[in-house]
Amino acid sequence: MAYAHAAGAHDDLAAHDSHKPHGWRRWVYATNHKDIGTMYLIFAGLMFFIGGFLAMLIRLELFKPGLQFFDPLFFNSLTTMHALIMIFGAVMPAWTGLANWQIPMQVGAPDMALPRLNNFSFWILPFAFLLLLSTFFVPGGAPAGGWTMYPPLMLQGGAAFPMTIFAIHLMGASSILGSMNVIVTILNMRAPGMTLLRMPLFVWSWLITAYLLIAVMPVLAGAVTMLLTDHFFGTTFFTAAGGGDPVMFQHIFWFFGHPEVYILILPAFGIVSEIIPTFSRKPIFGYEAMVYAIASIAFLSFIVWAHHMFTVGMPLAGQLFFMLTTMLIAIPTGVKVFNWCATLWKGSITFEPPMLFALAFLFLFSIGGFSGVMLAIVPADFQYQDTYFVVAHFHYVLVPGTIFAIIGGVYYWLPKWTGKMYDQTLGKWHFWLSTIFVNVLFFPQHFLGLAGMPRRIPDYAVQFTDWNMVSSIGGFGFGLSQLLFPYLIWKCIKHGTPIGNRAWEGAHGLEWELPSPPPFHSWETPPSEAVLAHAAVH
Amino acid sequence: MMIRYANSKLAAAAAALLPLAAPVRADDGWGLLNMTPGVTDISRKIYDLHMEVFWICVGIAVVVFGWMIWSLIAFRKSKGAVADTTLVHNTRVEIIWTALPVFILIAMAVPAARTLVAIEDTRNTELTIKVTGFQWGWNYDYLDDGVNFFSRLDRASDAARQLLSGIDPTTVPNYLLSVDHPLIVPAGVKVRLLITGADVIHSWWIPAFGLKKDAIPGFINELWFRVDPDKTGIYRGQCVELCGRDHGFMPIVVDVRSKADFSAWLKTTAAQQKQAAASAPAATPATG
Repeated sequence: MAYAHAAGAHDDLAAHDSHKPHGWRRWVYATNHKDIGTMYLIFAGLMFFIGGFLAMLIRLELFKPGLQFFDPLFFNSLTTMHALIMIFGAVMPAWTGLANWQIPMQVGAPDMALPRLNNFSFWILPFAFLLLLSTFFVPGGAPAGGWTMYPPLMLQGGAAFPMTIFAIHLMGASSILGSMNVIVTILNMRAPGMTLLRMPLFVWSWLITAYLLIAVMPVLAGAVTMLLTDHFFGTTFFTAAGGGDPVMFQHIFWFFGHPEVYILILPAFGIVSEIIPTFSRKPIFGYEAMVYAIASIAFLSFIVWAHHMFTVGMPLAGQLFFMLTTMLIAIPTGVKVFNWCATLWKGSITFEPPMLFALAFLFLFSIGGFSGVMLAIVPADFQYQDTYFVVAHFHYVLVPGTIFAIIGGVYYWLPKWTGKMYDQTLGKWHFWLSTIFVNVLFFPQHFLGLAGMPRRIPDYAVQFTDWNMVSSIGGFGFGLSQLLFPYLIWKCIKHGTPIGNRAWEGAHGLEWELPSPPPFHSWETPPSEAVLAHAAVH
Repeated sequence: MMIRYANSKLAAAAAALLPLAAPVRADDGWGLLNMTPGVTDISRKIYDLHMEVFWICVGIAVVVFGWMIWSLIAFRKSKGAVADTTLVHNTRVEIIWTALPVFILIAMAVPAARTLVAIEDTRNTELTIKVTGFQWGWNYDYLDDGVNFFSRLDRASDAARQLLSGIDPTTVPNYLLSVDHPLIVPAGVKVRLLITGADVIHSWWIPAFGLKKDAIPGFINELWFRVDPDKTGIYRGQCVELCGRDHGFMPIVVDVRSKADFSAWLKTTAAQQKQAAASAPAATPATG
């Protein structure tokens, strides 16, 4: 039955096939999953460089003590906008872009289930970010209350305040629509024989991520709408003077925020679970345990939120509960790391760029995991909370974690998308420069936090100078190294060497059964059982 | 405790190796690498907990990273490694590596819970001070003694921290960490702070005391500390919750004095403030 629906969609699309859209219409009216995926990825790349530029301005001001470049309020705008752009503009659209490209190919479908919705969910984003970025030019400047938007501080915002909230509503709508599309595609468009437990782990990780998104984006929308009515319509949800509760915002925000951080990392687990088996030439170890581990992490993400706010003054029982649930996350995460290690064990390992990024993920994400366990220990968290130790922790899981997985995923599938092999030596340069500089950038921030440097400050006491300088040098090095990435992709498209279906010797999955580049409508006829068996990932 | 003993030995070994790299001081620049044990019983408990969890993580890292690195060296295709494609599942080891972390986590959670219970024991405090964070400074109100004053960034730091001030921060003593009127407390006494915010959320933290607590408008949070009797001196910290433009410029300084010195100061200050209030022109009734 699932396929009958897919066939219907296919007929509809086949009608367009003879005149594949060209020019601007191909992109503005796009309904093809690959075109939309490409637009998502280009958009994410653009936002990555804008957000990265802001980060480099932050590191510029923090290079030495004293204020050399920016007013403190503008500095606060830089940290706030850096976070909003990187989370909602770079990472989330990058995941949706990869989902668009890969999921239909990996489940044996011709396209995403809801192509016009797909177009809409992408085209919301440029408007959302035009709105958000334009706040730099309005009276009062860009939002400066942190990406966490805690009231009452957030309520002091100027003209940027309603614009930021409206931009967040748009991003949320885009994410929810994109997630619905992913869920409907995975549940209805799989080729006959592609049972759920035969799906590649990237598809599994996205299925679970999509449910998380649908569950929590409306919660964020609710929280920011309450901020809006507090500011403009006289409500006092978060104002103590009117009987409201500023801490309630933090509870609602982090009920969204914790699943959100897993939304940023779960698809990374999926990609790493594709790359490591390919370059170990061995199926993933413990496939089902991997699926259950992702599902467990997703479930736990709903009951750990208050570990972001241990210093607000919670009852002892609450602190103990959130400490214990947070520590539990280490168990499924440990299972994943052990399974990746066991996949390497007795493999036949080679070190192409995607594998290098996946291995760096394995090491450096684990370091972020260790500092995460430390942060779960409430008494110790009273010391770590709101210091650079936290900044180091979440950047370790987000940069050499999520961002490396995205880069690894692009390096893994770029030959499939373009039909050409890129310059792998350049990719290795990109890897080594990124990996060295990312550690120079973030490792000293552990020291700064433990020594007592608070986060979100534009200037600092002079004893913090040395490690801040090191961190800034790492930041400039990391930022500049990323310029290799678009250059490598451009060079691949222009001058890459043509490649066959299976770009990597050990690659398994339905996408590698298609030609490179794949046809406009990926699987016009569903893959046969023989093809499915040949493509089996485990 | 066994673990703590091992900790101190390992920590001593690590500390012994550090000076080989460069002449460093633990309280400055390159030497600022770790949390300090602090000057209260709670801060030392937290430090021990931090080091215990840290060394457990290091232990796990050695095993897991060792396993990864071994695999990456031993199973290289370039050295002729052939993949064992049948190795995809092993129920026994999967159960072990799911269950083993549970025990490690319990080993961390028990001392953590014990310390937390000690932290939350706010009974038998001897001195209560109300702390109000505002944009951008602190107000300290000695509730039982009629002493009340504001505490802001000192003038030397404030001049140097202006954009392009031309003043080198290294020439300013305790740049950004000194105030005009520090909080003065007695050593060896359990001091209770009642913390709140006047406008937005702030957070009060002295790293050497081990605890931080948010200052939230409409809420009164409790935090207590008892500085060791022999640890009189100046302790410095900062606001640690983003509170607007000058969040980075509202330091917290605590001057811990002996009980006798503190009592003398409190008496004099209370008398001064009483006199000042009496000689001031009749104030209009406060509206706030």
